[in-house]
Amino acid sequence: MTRPRTLYEKIWDAHVVEQRPDGTALIFIDRHLVHEVTSPQAFAGLRTSGRTVRRPDLTLAVPDHNVPTTPRKDAAGNRLPITDPESAAQLAALEKNAPEFGIRYIDAVAPEQGIVHVVGPEQGFSLPGATIVCGDSHTACHGGIGALAFGIGTSEVEHVLATQTLLLQPAKTMEVRVEGDVGPGVSAKDIILHITGVIGAAGGTGHVIEYTGSAIRALSIEGRLTISNMAIEGGARAGLIAPDETTFAYLKGRPYAPKSADWDAAVEYWRSLATDPGATYDKVVVIDAADIAPSVTWGTSPEDVVPITGTVPDPASFADPSKQAAAAKSLAYMGLEPGTRMQDVPVENIFIGSCTNSRIEDMRAAAAVLKGRTKAPNVKWAIVVPGSGLVKAQAEAEGLDRIFIDAGLEWREPGCSACLAMNPDKVPAGERCASTSNRNFVGRQGPGARTHLVSPAMAAAAAVTGRLTDVRELID
Amino acid sequence: MTPLNQVEGRAIPLGLKNVDTDVIIPAHWLKTTTREGMGRGAFESLRADPDNLFDRPEYKGAPILIAGDNFGCGSSREHAAWALGDLGIRVVIAPSYSDIFSGNAVKNGILPVVLPQAAIDRLLEVAATDPVSIDLEHQTVTTPFQDRFTFEIDPFRKMCLLDGLDEISLTEKSDAAIGAYEDRLDAERPWMRPAA
Ligand code: SF4
Repeated sequence: MTRPRTLYEKIWDAHVVEQRPDGTALIFIDRHLVHEVTSPQAFAGLRTSGRTVRRPDLTLAVPDHNVPTTPRKDAAGNRLPITDPESAAQLAALEKNAPEFGIRYIDAVAPEQGIVHVVGPEQGFSLPGATIVCGDSHTACHGGIGALAFGIGTSEVEHVLATQTLLLQPAKTMEVRVEGDVGPGVSAKDIILHITGVIGAAGGTGHVIEYTGSAIRALSIEGRLTISNMAIEGGARAGLIAPDETTFAYLKGRPYAPKSADWDAAVEYWRSLATDPGATYDKVVVIDAADIAPSVTWGTSPEDVVPITGTVPDPASFADPSKQAAAAKSLAYMGLEPGTRMQDVPVENIFIGSCTNSRIEDMRAAAAVLKGRTKAPNVKWAIVVPGSGLVKAQAEAEGLDRIFIDAGLEWREPGCSACLAMNPDKVPAGERCASTSNRNFVGRQGPGARTHLVSPAMAAAAAVTGRLTDVRELID
Repeated sequence: MTPLNQVEGRAIPLGLKNVDTDVIIPAHWLKTTTREGMGRGAFESLRADPDNLFDRPEYKGAPILIAGDNFGCGSSREHAAWALGDLGIRVVIAPSYSDIFSGNAVKNGILPVVLPQAAIDRLLEVAATDPVSIDLEHQTVTTPFQDRFTFEIDPFRKMCLLDGLDEISLTEKSDAAIGAYEDRLDAERPWMRPAA
């Protein structure tokens, strides 16, 4: 009998090209997603060294980080120029590099264009049991369908383009088990914010986290992608959720997913990937789903999480002196006083989008709260940025765009937008934003911007009241 | 890549925990298509303070940076390593790093030294007035005051840094093994090739 293995170990073992004596292994990469910001220097490197892309068929390029979310075509359907010269240069570089190196390319005005981590699963390009890399740290997202996916730097992008492999050190394994049922108003985002608060921003360092338990199993693929997306915010290399019937139903029929007899063979293989009974993890954290409330961050680290019913903590309340100092700095940056009720914190900006929360279910959750309501007068800027052109089209078919527009929110073109504020979508210095993205770092949404991470329903609730709000007060 | 073995010089005593890559190099510096010149944007938010450490004369061009836990967390941007390199930093000393950052650092000829917090505290004290020395070959960090700390490093990373090796050329030596894996994959899981 073979030793019982975890999901992670099975995927790892199936991708070892060469085991090195020092414990590292050359790992085959099944799928490589490329975007305009972290790739130009990699392609330039290939050109300088006279190298080609080893497996262009396993590579998919799509611009997302830096594209404007304002209309990209005029009324006549002509492409509009990008005003920022540097953004335009990055986009032009990708547009030139993809065909030159023979890579599949979804261009900025294609109906399928969107955030790489939304597009990959949506197109069936990302598959369970696959190794997936991308020059973006939220690549962990694809773990939601059971792929071992992680972010890489530009040198590694070049390495994967040239060799379709990466030299990796095996990770330790960590199980985060969430058992039970979540209460009303509690979404996948609240679950992952809560988990990050419990394990800490470095709690998963060196580990791949597998999310298990009935509360995870009960989630849709959209929700699972949200959970795995933020594995990195807990310090982990990647997140994983075992593929199951929900996963198969989601992927079946997608453009790049296996077809007919291949599909059956694939499903049979994917079923064999679940962690074996008796397999052990290096670390286990168990969370009771009933303890999870709609959550919100108060500071500048994703571990700075409190329930919306909570208050801004006193830095002195932390045991660790360096955390005390960090918390005090965070509060100064955030302009918050200890003891303030989170629900009394006013917000002037709302961002609903990013690869964490821009799929159709997120659009529906936000629209459900906004339906028949309007944004509060103190909310100056509120944008909804769907994760892909297909999400946008689906939302429009369901009339969700009307709900947003009628509520006073802007309905944008797909892209990363105010998640990282590279394009013109920024939060002004000193202002607050209730944001469905994944990072509340200093300056992440623009220099001096103050970010409160929340779920789509919570962001919608904040838009309605103009302050951080317990969404449970607005739903029946 | 420039080989790295012994580095001696002033060490910027930053000491902060959870210094993320947005702090090391803010996103608006990412819009380039080349690797050079990033040092100008390094630690921009901290350097907005006129009295910041980085721009003090004694730390200008310092080859060493001392930080707290979880250095380089956050976004995977390799620009963080380029920015540090462009600033002249060859060695970072911290109790822990994000995995992506430490990988990126090594690939760009920057040594991420891991030392316990007590050693960091001592080095921060020394760095205020005196230089610090790193010897990669012997895996030590020393000071003019007889402090001597040894650190662990993955042997492969050590070799890459010592020899200034480029990883792609190393991997290309395994070309036959990669080809054999691809054949095996096509035979065992032919459906793994994208359907469209
Ligand atoms: S939405 Fe944000 S986290 Fe996601 S891929 Fe874009 S920049 Fe990265």
